Amino acid sequence: MNSFWEYANPKKFIQTTDKVLPWVAVLSLVLLVVGLIWGFFFTPDDYKQGSTVKIIYLHVPSALMAINVWMMMLVTSLVWIVRRHHVSALAARAAAPIGMVMTLIALVTGALWGQPMWGTWWAWDPRLTSFLILFLFYLGYIALWEAIENDDTAADLTSILCLVGSVFALLSRYAVNFWNQGLHQGATLSLDKEENIADVFYIPLLVCIAGFVLLFIALVLLRTRTEIRARRMRALLARERMG
Amino acid sequence: MMPDLGKYADTVLSSYAVSIALIVILVVMSVLRADKVKKQLDVIEKKLKSNG
Repeated sequence: MNSFWEYANPKKFIQTTDKVLPWVAVLSLVLLVVGLIWGFFFTPDDYKQGSTVKIIYLHVPSALMAINVWMMMLVTSLVWIVRRHHVSALAARAAAPIGMVMTLIALVTGALWGQPMWGTWWAWDPRLTSFLILFLFYLGYIALWEAIENDDTAADLTSILCLVGSVFALLSRYAVNFWNQGLHQGATLSLDKEENIADVFYIPLLVCIAGFVLLFIALVLLRTRTEIRARRMRALLARERMG
Repeated sequence: MMPDLGKYADTVLSSYAVSIALIVILVVMSVLRADKVKKQLDVIEKKLKSNG
């Protein structure tokens, strides 16, 4: 277990990610290109939804990432609170803009898809509303980091905000099951073969999801390295100012 | 060989355009900031080293 915590050392983190990052980035690009081209060009229209079914390859992976990025931030925030490892707090900070963009993609594609299918861009449906609140939490989280000058204080306060926001991240995932009402249908992916979408849509969707997950990993590694360097820069400048 | 998207062409194409644009902006901004911060840190470290 000791070896895992070695990565909390900023130097070790940067050394390791130097080797990993290019591979993850290339693999994510390949999977995204293959998945999206497959989904867009080589899958049939749905008998009910027509060609709008092609939006699934963007909407479902981005919605999954929107929730799971916040969950990753929850874990790294808890690590910060318990063990005070700076890299974990900085990883949460690095992940937030990615999660925000994923939530925005899910909201925009959902609205575009909803208009022809439901006859409206927006409804105060449990899942849609909880996603909007999650988006606002992302904005608030990013703003809080920017607003506080002291890194440790910012990490403490944003960790608390992250704990509170986790309720809405979970709610976004399970809102449909809790209330069983509103316009949004239940989970797209299911282990139950009867409930799951047809294989012709399912397999390219899985490729897209894998591409989004790897894109997130590549970006969060890159951005965490940047945050580590920015923090070191602030510390060196502060030391220089103090003489 | 563009697929026939029928009456939903605008909806599908705008979903792809917005999503890909947002992802590209995120990636480009992350890479540019990474590069900028790395260069700034290198300058500061060199300066501090030369000052002893």
